[in-house]
Amino acid sequence: MYILSAEHIRKRYADHTALDDVSIQIPKGSIFGLLGPNGAGKTSLIRIITQITAPDQGKVFFNGELLAPKHIGRIGYLPEERGLYKKMKVGEQLLYLAQLKGLSKAEATARLKVWFRKFEIESWWGKNMEDLSKGMAQKIQFVATVLHEPELLILDEPFTGFDPVNANLIKDEILKLRDKGCTIIFSTHRMESVEELCDYIALINKSQKILDGPTKQIKNQYKTNTYVVEGEGKLVSLPSMFDVRSMQEPEEGFFKAIIRMPQGVAPNQLIESLINQVQIHSFVEHIPSMNEIFIRNVTGKTDPLPAEELYKLSQTI
Amino acid sequence: MKKILLILQREYLVRVQKKSFVIMTLLGPLLIAAIYAVPVFLALRENKVRNIAVVDESGLLKDTFKGSKQLVFTPIGNSLQTGKQAVLDEKYYAVLYVPRISVDNPAGIKLFSKKGISLDVEGAVERSLKKEIEDVKLQQAGIDKQVLERIDTRVSVDTMSLTDGEGERDSSTGAAFIVGFAAAFIIYISIFIYGVQVMRGVIEEKTNRIVEVIISSVKPFQLMIGKITGIALVGLTQFLLWIILGTAISTAAIGVLKSRDDVSQEQVDAVLKESPALEQRANMPEKVMTALNTLNIPLLLGTFLFYFLGGYLIYSALFAAVGAAADSDTDTQQFMFPITIPLILSFVLAQYVIQNPDGPLAFWLSMIPLTSPIIMMVRIPFGPPAWEIALSMVLLVLGFLLITWIAARIYRVGILMYGKKVSYKELGKWVFYRV
Repeated sequence: MYILSAEHIRKRYADHTALDDVSIQIPKGSIFGLLGPNGAGKTSLIRIITQITAPDQGKVFFNGELLAPKHIGRIGYLPEERGLYKKMKVGEQLLYLAQLKGLSKAEATARLKVWFRKFEIESWWGKNMEDLSKGMAQKIQFVATVLHEPELLILDEPFTGFDPVNANLIKDEILKLRDKGCTIIFSTHRMESVEELCDYIALINKSQKILDGPTKQIKNQYKTNTYVVEGEGKLVSLPSMFDVRSMQEPEEGFFKAIIRMPQGVAPNQLIESLINQVQIHSFVEHIPSMNEIFIRNVTGKTDPLPAEELYKLSQTI
Repeated sequence: MKKILLILQREYLVRVQKKSFVIMTLLGPLLIAAIYAVPVFLALRENKVRNIAVVDESGLLKDTFKGSKQLVFTPIGNSLQTGKQAVLDEKYYAVLYVPRISVDNPAGIKLFSKKGISLDVEGAVERSLKKEIEDVKLQQAGIDKQVLERIDTRVSVDTMSLTDGEGERDSSTGAAFIVGFAAAFIIYISIFIYGVQVMRGVIEEKTNRIVEVIISSVKPFQLMIGKITGIALVGLTQFLLWIILGTAISTAAIGVLKSRDDVSQEQVDAVLKESPALEQRANMPEKVMTALNTLNIPLLLGTFLFYFLGGYLIYSALFAAVGAAADSDTDTQQFMFPITIPLILSFVLAQYVIQNPDGPLAFWLSMIPLTSPIIMMVRIPFGPPAWEIALSMVLLVLGFLLITWIAARIYRVGILMYGKKVSYKELGKWVFYRV
């Protein structure tokens, strides 16, 4: 069951195409990573979902219904470029934004009290926005986004501007919301958080969707049959079908090797060849990081294990 | 609709609670009161009697040479030297020296003083001398002063306007002039002040990046209309408070002046009379009030409200579009220009229209929606034909709808556009974008 499905979306601006036949399906209750480099069309797509703009072609369905203004109250949106009225009191401002989303004043006040207690920011209620630090303002903005308990939450780079403690706090809240049944679209180019949080991803590059699916499946798809082997002894020779990409001696008498095998060859064959020469301490398959997949797709490099990735891999112990 | 009300409420409350609003609202009437009160007050303080010694070598001035309440002339014989000494010893405020002159060419009269002489005193002395010499001339010509006074005639023409059916009606060109111009001026100033506030508000939302949050809850058009009407209400509130406070302060001020023992009402009147400018100002409300009675007040108020709102709405929609197209206050210059031109132009041309309120210039400018709020208001007191008023109003409403439509289309694109220098060509494209 999809909470949101966008079909064949096209959006042109005066001098460039922002979205070119993009379709995505977002399963209910998931955290959906919307990835792509700057200027790829992520924000354009989000603006269509939040009904800030309309597509030139294509349709968006929300819970199976054609997206309409009545759905506004069921979607929450935290833009990347954020800000609030500087000259307004924190409490008043949050009440105003909640009322614009259709909450009654009493309901909004009650919910705000809960959030303020949760974040331990009760004393901020009467403060002017301009007196808050950037991180504090971000917290307020997060509350403003989730206060009307949207079914679909769109977070554009939600962690920028947070220190690690507060970033964790927000991450926990995001996970809690997901557990309560909220669906989250998570737009970012910080790949570590994608790996931690996202169940599904879609990768947009140059106005087109170039990749989408469940995160695990995509990672498996991008496996290169590469193994990192560490052990004791000296690795003298291997059959030619094994491609030793790197060989290091971290200590006298020890080794660390990165070995790639052709498709269809089982890891046991490699172990067989190794076992006669050295003591194996660890034998780990290298699963590509989201970062690697991202770079590989965006830059269009065909080398499955580019030099910089290899270097990074050989440095980790 | 509910959302527009919410936006309106916020725009209104935020501005009304601002310190600058409270200060302006309180200071406005105080400033106006001060414009009246300070000169009167200062004049009253200056009002001590000044003694002026007179050295008259010509013998033209009689001993009874009369000054005024504030000026006393004392003849001290023919020695200028003693006179000067007396002034230096501060026995006299000044010494007036009249050399041997002929009445036809009274040149060389001098006034010596220790301190500088104020313009008031100089004027008063000149007026006294003029009267005295004129009297001498009259005598020489053998004209009895009393005869002259009988000849002096005051003429005042009552202008009457002829209307079909009703017959004659009092009309006052002066009143029409003042009322028309005042109304046009108020509309002109408030369009500027509150229009710019609308623009600032839009830019604030844009630079604060809050607009994206708001626009994901409401339509851009709702946000624009809520903002414009909210600020209109702020303006109306300020006007209302000014009227109330202004009336209260001026009543209180007059009360205070009257209650002071040392200052009588006659004195205040005397001060006002001596300074023609002050007198005019002091009499203005009275004159306007009497003149107003000759005008069609309900029509005047009705049309004022209509053109005030119509003009404000049209221009603030444009100001909102400018705010949306700009990234910062300094960015607005290039787009402000074409908006302020018709506004300033109509105010400048109003001065010609008022000379000839039924001419072709007056007619056409009062039909064009961007100039009609000011030009028609200038014409209304002169009683333009009803069909012209009706047509102008219809055109203003149509113009408002068209311009707001265009402005809203520029607005909805502009508020989401960051860091881009926008050209006129681009603005044109925005109007026809699909949203």
